[in-house]
Amino acid sequence: MSARRPLVRVLLGAVALLAALAGAVMVLNVRGEDRIDENAPPFAATPGQIERGRYLALAGNCAGCHTARGGAAYAGGRSIETPFGAIYASNLTPEPDTGIGRWNADHFWRAMHNGRSRDGRLLYPAFPYTSFTQLTREDSDALYAWLRTLPPVAQANRTHTLRFPYDTQAAVAVWRALFFRPAAFEPQPQQSAEWNRGAYLVGGLGHCIACHGSRNALGATDATRGLVGGMLPAGSWYAPALDTADEAGVAGGSTAQLVALLKTGTAPHATVAGPMAEVVYASTQHLRDADLRAMATYLQALPQQPPQAAPATAVTRRSDSLMRRGEKVYAQQCAWCHGAQGEGSAGAYPALAGNRAVNLANPANLVQMVRRGGYPPATEGNPRPHGMPPFGQVLGDEDIAAVLTFVRGSWGNDGAEVTQRQAMQR
Amino acid sequence: MMMTSTLRWWLPLLLLAHTVCAQAVRPTDDMERRVAACTSCHGREGLATNSGYYPRLAGKPSGYLYAQLRSFRDGLRQQADMSYLLANLSDTYLREMADYFAGLELPYPDPPVSDLPEAQLTRGKALVFSGDAARGIRACVQCHGQALTGVTPGIPSLLGLPRLYIASQLGAWVAGDRHAMAPDCMADVGRKLDSEDIRAVAGWLAAQPVPAGARPAASLPGGLPVACGPMEAQR
Repeated sequence: MSARRPLVRVLLGAVALLAALAGAVMVLNVRGEDRIDENAPPFAATPGQIERGRYLALAGNCAGCHTARGGAAYAGGRSIETPFGAIYASNLTPEPDTGIGRWNADHFWRAMHNGRSRDGRLLYPAFPYTSFTQLTREDSDALYAWLRTLPPVAQANRTHTLRFPYDTQAAVAVWRALFFRPAAFEPQPQQSAEWNRGAYLVGGLGHCIACHGSRNALGATDATRGLVGGMLPAGSWYAPALDTADEAGVAGGSTAQLVALLKTGTAPHATVAGPMAEVVYASTQHLRDADLRAMATYLQALPQQPPQAAPATAVTRRSDSLMRRGEKVYAQQCAWCHGAQGEGSAGAYPALAGNRAVNLANPANLVQMVRRGGYPPATEGNPRPHGMPPFGQVLGDEDIAAVLTFVRGSWGNDGAEVTQRQAMQR
Repeated sequence: MMMTSTLRWWLPLLLLAHTVCAQAVRPTDDMERRVAACTSCHGREGLATNSGYYPRLAGKPSGYLYAQLRSFRDGLRQQADMSYLLANLSDTYLREMADYFAGLELPYPDPPVSDLPEAQLTRGKALVFSGDAARGIRACVQCHGQALTGVTPGIPSLLGLPRLYIASQLGAWVAGDRHAMAPDCMADVGRKLDSEDIRAVAGWLAAQPVPAGARPAASLPGGLPVACGPMEAQR
């Protein structure tokens, strides 16, 4: 009898603790929510508001996920691959049954700012409300106003194919309690208006951190660490760090060149590729120069990580046989465009000698470039870009590893060997 | 006197010829370098060999090539490398690429010797020229032209293509993986084919030599037998 009492007490204590935790998770999930006025009068949008919303939707690249390839605009359907399963973007057209036709501006604001749907469901953070939460109510309303003007499309949302337990609302609730807090953008008075505008665009609608931030085991980015670089959730591409000269840091470069890169997809010594080509094509090329300058100003002023200085005596080790094999492949497949000395051809094919992207510690993007090739985006400033063939049809994993090892070890380049294992990434 | 008058005649002509030549070269300017991305599969200058899989691009009707480029980009036609390459390219640029390849006049290599049984080749030839009325299958020549070299601007040549490519495209029509702009006339034919038909037609087509100077026909003598989306889209 007496031995049982402590057990009961422990059990009761555990139940109470669990209840308290569950309660805390629930409270944390609805903190900072504004009251929703279900009987709000119909939203009266001004033409200026609609135009602003159209522009903001470009800045946020909403269509990047919410328009499927070849599908109706903003009717959803594109899948976002994550380590937890696939998530399907929803229908944002003002169709009442499958779209957001029954949403009012308060509902839309709660989705953007608090990550909760009209029906109260907690939204998956693949919809980057962790960034969008910084949007002003004014901008949220403008987006809402513009989305109301789209042709309504009846297209039911596809069910996410997430694994247990990630497919449960409880999992989202715990995740949100740990990693999400609704927050308004707070201007830094000691910084210029341009810097603040840039910070608002980069950290809010631009949701740059979704790719350029690193993610923890539960897929959360960390705004306090910032744009430190990370693998994209699908696992093929690496979004380089924007805060270090070792990777894609821009502190030392010219603002005009960074603006040109975002506007046209190309600038001296840099061209966008892979997922960033998509971002420039669908989003940044449409932004006003003043906004691009603001983003550039902010990115250039990011606190810099010191370059990882290699010890002066360190010699990058590369396998001789891999280098020899790579040299042969290079002569056969690459030299035609990139030149015998990796010098490239101005205005057409980038130089590989001394190219920062070639020497990146993480070779994932190089593997993708060789295997899949690619065109920079066709933009107003660069309407007829030069492209690279997909060599995956011609070169096996070992050849890809060899040629990249050769390129990273020649003409003054000093990137580490690319292993066959790294070259196997599809 | 004689010299002077001759020169008076010839000089403007020479100048004109010079201008014409310069203009003939100019539209493509450096397109060859811009479409280098196509070369690892389709060969330099879009002249793929007819033994592998990849189709030749040179000399196909521009409208057809443009429709295919857009279809790959917009997901109507599925091929991972093509869709990825074209994802961020504009209509204007795709049109320019199509015009470039359509304008290339390059010789065709001799066809490979077919290893199909004679009966199968005969069956293929019959389908190409006569179709199969009992099953409602139209003859290839009804739309692709009596010479099978296609019709401008939207109907492709069926000659000079690898057997594997023809067979896989016909298979894609059967399976509903390949689409054209509506009205999708080829889908009506494609859905009626079986694997024996495909083997026979692809085998016979791939074994045919391409006549020297083959070009897509400007029109079909009897007109199109059905409404054709790719042709209408180009008008």
